[in-house]
Amino acid sequence: MAPHTEQLTRPAVQLRGLTRSFDGRTVLDGIDLDLPAGQLTALLGHSGSGKSTLLRAIAGLDHGVTGWGSPLLERSRELGGGQLTAPERVSVVFQDSRLLPWRRVLDNVLLGAEGKDAGRRGRAALEEVGLKGRERAWPGELSGGEAQRAALARSLVQQPELLLADEPFGALDALTRIRMHGLLRELWERHRPSVLLVTHDVDEAIVLADRVLVLDQGRIGLDLAIDRPHPRSYRDPLLGEYRERLLAALGVTEDHR
Amino acid sequence: MTATTHTTAAAPLAPVEEAHQVRRRRRLAPGRRLPATRLVGPVVVLVLWIAASAAGLLDPGAIPAPWTVLETGTRLWTDGTLPDDILTSLQRAASGFVIGLTVGILLALVSGLTRTGEALIDGTVNLNRAIPTLGLIPLFILWLGIGETFKIAIIAIVVYIPIYLNTHAALSGIDSRFVELAEVQGLSKLRFIREVVIPGALPGFFVGLRLGVTGSWLGLVVLEQINATSGLGYMMFQAQNYGQTDVILVGLVVYGVFGLISDSAVRIIERRVLSWRRTLSS
Repeated sequence: MAPHTEQLTRPAVQLRGLTRSFDGRTVLDGIDLDLPAGQLTALLGHSGSGKSTLLRAIAGLDHGVTGWGSPLLERSRELGGGQLTAPERVSVVFQDSRLLPWRRVLDNVLLGAEGKDAGRRGRAALEEVGLKGRERAWPGELSGGEAQRAALARSLVQQPELLLADEPFGALDALTRIRMHGLLRELWERHRPSVLLVTHDVDEAIVLADRVLVLDQGRIGLDLAIDRPHPRSYRDPLLGEYRERLLAALGVTEDHR
Repeated sequence: MTATTHTTAAAPLAPVEEAHQVRRRRRLAPGRRLPATRLVGPVVVLVLWIAASAAGLLDPGAIPAPWTVLETGTRLWTDGTLPDDILTSLQRAASGFVIGLTVGILLALVSGLTRTGEALIDGTVNLNRAIPTLGLIPLFILWLGIGETFKIAIIAIVVYIPIYLNTHAALSGIDSRFVELAEVQGLSKLRFIREVVIPGALPGFFVGLRLGVTGSWLGLVVLEQINATSGLGYMMFQAQNYGQTDVILVGLVVYGVFGLISDSAVRIIERRVLSWRRTLSS
């Protein structure tokens, strides 16, 4: 799967020197990050390593970062003492589905959607995530997996060039999570947005991503390309090497296991 | 088996053989609601009243029999005094309620959605709340005279406070996760308020609305017994002077009926508007 040359020359996200600290504790220490357009990148890190902070800063949700511009609209702006260039259409999937309980599923998917054909796009997105027929359901009637599917559909409707996912499957059970991995990969292959998937699950990162970054001490500690064909099996022995390297970068060594 | 030992340790009085059975958890929720259960209490009271009157246990001068009250009610209704009094009272309650409702909602919106509004309004309303509204009656009579205006003003105050407090709390307590979502979805300020903030605040608003409805009746009773020449409260006050307990009871029944009707109306609207909540409670 050779990426287009045009995509390689134009990174979707270009971040230079992002620094973020909370109460004097530096969480992100001059982060440089390039995300090539149309690539699925996973960002690994311990809890508290600042991976969510990085995602929120890119999403424009961190109002405490200096140089805050108007959210998600400027292609390039000052950010945390550095510079960020990001696409115009950015969407975020959170760990919780964040469906508004007072709107039916379709109306939730259409939150913020503009245009006459929004309804049609919303239905199409719901069908894509396998929720056809649940348009009129209330969020309270959905299972955790279904709710997260609806959240994915809500992002799809925005036709994002950049999809930021903050541990989107972290709250799901193991079986549902595996199914959602397949769905995410499938949606990504069909729509080809640039994806930054924040996770603490090494296996999830290896199975889904083309490239895995490890965030350590406020910096990108490891940048690892996963060069294996999709769909990948969780038991692929060749993925084991990647797992070892990532675990080592996360500071998990043999005697910890 | 740790589970078994734990069970026996927690309930040392249970026989040993029972520990091996799968223990059913004690149900903590009250269980399924039966239809029309709300009416059971009132019906029991009514039946007791009828029975006690029929058995001659009650002094008819203090508590007349239900049928006497019914007769008096019919008489007052046919001679036209009762409908007049009800109409006057209803008008007062409704005008005060509508004004209180409007003011309560507007103030809550301004105060809940803008920082300037909050600075100006919230403290003032809470100060107003600290003063018993019925204690304002003498002042309001001096300001507005003893006519309808002051009565409606007092009812409006009684109504607007709970509506304001609950709506404001709901507006400012909106889940920050939903604010974040609205930012991500690129909602305009107006759409954010219309599609996220207001629907999210509706449950709180309805709590205030129900308190307000009850408050409007409460204010009415007091006002009409102090300074009025018409209305249900006046009718009852007059009856007190002439020792007509049956007329007083007719008044109380009418108040009760209207209170129940208005509360049920709010409940029905609430259930319609907040139909999404049924998925949680059922």
